[in-house]
Amino acid sequence: MKKIMVGNHAVSWGVMLARAEVISAYPITPQTTIVEELSVLCADGRLKARFIPVESEHSAMACCIGSSAAGVRTFTATSSQGLALMHEMLHWATGARLPIVMANVNRSLGSPFNIWGEQSDSLAQRDTGWLQIYCESNQEVLDTVVQSFKIAEQVLLPVMLVLDAFILSHTAEAVDIPDQKLADEFLPPFRPDLRLNAKDPHIFGCLAPPEYLMEFRYKIQQAMLQSKEVCHRVDEEFGQAFGRKYGLVEPYRCEGADLILITAGSVTSTARVAVDALREKGRKVGLVKLRLFRPFPKEELVEIVREADKIAVLDRNLSAGIGGIFAHEIRAAFCNEKDLPPIYSYIAGLGGRDTTLQTLNEIIYQTYERRKPEQQSVWVGLRS
Amino acid sequence: MREGYESTELMYSGHLACAGCGATISMRYALKALGEDTVIVLPACCWSIIGGPFPYAAVKVPLIHTAFETGASTASGVKAGLDMRGDTDTTVAAWVGDGGTFDIGIQALSGAAERNDDIIYFCYDNEAYMNTGIQRSSATPWGTWTTTTPSNYPKGQPKKNMMEIMAAHRIPYAATCSVAFPEDMISKVQKAKSIRGTKFIHIFSPCPTGWKAPSSQAVKIARLAVHTKVFPLYEVEGGLRYHINVNPKNLPVDEYLRLQGRFNHLSDEDIQKIQETVDREWERLLKKALDTI
Repeated sequence: MKKIMVGNHAVSWGVMLARAEVISAYPITPQTTIVEELSVLCADGRLKARFIPVESEHSAMACCIGSSAAGVRTFTATSSQGLALMHEMLHWATGARLPIVMANVNRSLGSPFNIWGEQSDSLAQRDTGWLQIYCESNQEVLDTVVQSFKIAEQVLLPVMLVLDAFILSHTAEAVDIPDQKLADEFLPPFRPDLRLNAKDPHIFGCLAPPEYLMEFRYKIQQAMLQSKEVCHRVDEEFGQAFGRKYGLVEPYRCEGADLILITAGSVTSTARVAVDALREKGRKVGLVKLRLFRPFPKEELVEIVREADKIAVLDRNLSAGIGGIFAHEIRAAFCNEKDLPPIYSYIAGLGGRDTTLQTLNEIIYQTYERRKPEQQSVWVGLRS
Repeated sequence: MREGYESTELMYSGHLACAGCGATISMRYALKALGEDTVIVLPACCWSIIGGPFPYAAVKVPLIHTAFETGASTASGVKAGLDMRGDTDTTVAAWVGDGGTFDIGIQALSGAAERNDDIIYFCYDNEAYMNTGIQRSSATPWGTWTTTTPSNYPKGQPKKNMMEIMAAHRIPYAATCSVAFPEDMISKVQKAKSIRGTKFIHIFSPCPTGWKAPSSQAVKIARLAVHTKVFPLYEVEGGLRYHINVNPKNLPVDEYLRLQGRFNHLSDEDIQKIQETVDREWERLLKKALDTI
């Protein structure tokens, strides 16, 4: 069945398909319509879940930790300041190895006050041990929600799926809604052996002194590394069941490319158009969509970009003092590899500023023109 | 102690509390009333340590450690999760210190109470941040020495009235308890267990280490707190109906204060001021209890 729906409702319907059992959330623009729709779905019984309207995002994640530890499929959604407020509990969820799934609608962080799209909120949480998946379309959003639960429950790590403020969250597109029966076959119920259960008492998360803590952390790192294979497998299985798959990274027209642009999120769609137009003109430009950010798909990325002369990275985010975060991460991932193309870093579209075809063309042309990368990220579309 | 309870022992003998720890006595009594079908939610507090390091356990019921300010919110999640698993009988109990209740966790507690989530929220109150080394909290009484309120500049604000805050939420049940009155505590916890919705149990839990008192005096201090009316034992039903459960002997506060080094610096005028405050608060409580009748 196809439905016209905004990205936020695609999240909610994905959660319904996944048969989440506890949802706890706090409203924040532009996430609100996710939880509004979920509260309606719960109220009319289409989704048999407990909806807990907590008094803050911090409590939302604490509540999710409680319900997930009790052994039920658990979901929340937030954005920006809300995600920042959750920060402490994101670490707790990972440490407790709880497969919570969260949708984060990318939004700028204050000050100054801004409710529009920017990736800095989710990227600031990169070290919390959550898997991060960046979505390009509303269809991908819905599909990724369902995939995320399966990945999380196999690796026992929480998963954050990320969609852009307004460009996806509040924009309607046609979305194919998978059949519930097929979704149930794809995603069996979450019934962990170890959970808070008075008939089988265990202590969860008790004090781990220095002689134990490192091993807990090591296991998280191992699980995170293994999760890449799980992400790949789940995506393949999803493809077989529903006819759509996305990859960990997606190369687009990279054959023989001398310049490859790397993007994440909805701007990838604009970049596809830019690349198509330039290819028409005979320019050998390619595009890579970075879908998985944690764990970082280094090998997959290296494989695609190895033969190019230059890489341009578009960051709609900022780590003050270093620049674009994706570019920085890619540089770090490539640093011990031989003969990889140089990385040209660009910052654009902060605080919801439109990232248009013109912006992308400028990035591509600047990269062609520059003989070597600047020391710092280049800002595109900056007002004088 | 009531028939049957004395044999229920859900704490192991090994734990990491200081000698004479009121919080440990509190847990032991509470578990006697709660029974095996209980899950405990434990935010950062003395009990994070008392419960034992990995891989040891001091209690025989399932327990989840969580962040400082999340006792109530995590408990709400656990309750919802158990409900969705079809387990509607297990009692979910948050076990929280005064810092986690009066200060950093009050927002989450207020949220759970407003939603009337079906949990028992225990606050074991030792009147300061004891686990981090005796720093003042909003549960610390006026005039008290702590490591952040030195004796030449002791705490200048009164103790926050947490019971009134909880009563104002109109939760079905709130009660004060004391380690010196185990029968009273056990019957209140049993009562809380039988009520659906948010229950708040405020336990006076002396800390010999932080109160600078001999460990042998912990229970005596707790008993004196009741009989001097410093910490009356009462319950509030539906936020409105007050019942006083133990008639205090009306002893002077000085008898309670002088057993504790944390009050050594107080002058006669200070003690007089405390006496007046205690008397005034008692009169207010008495009036509410009389209005209930």
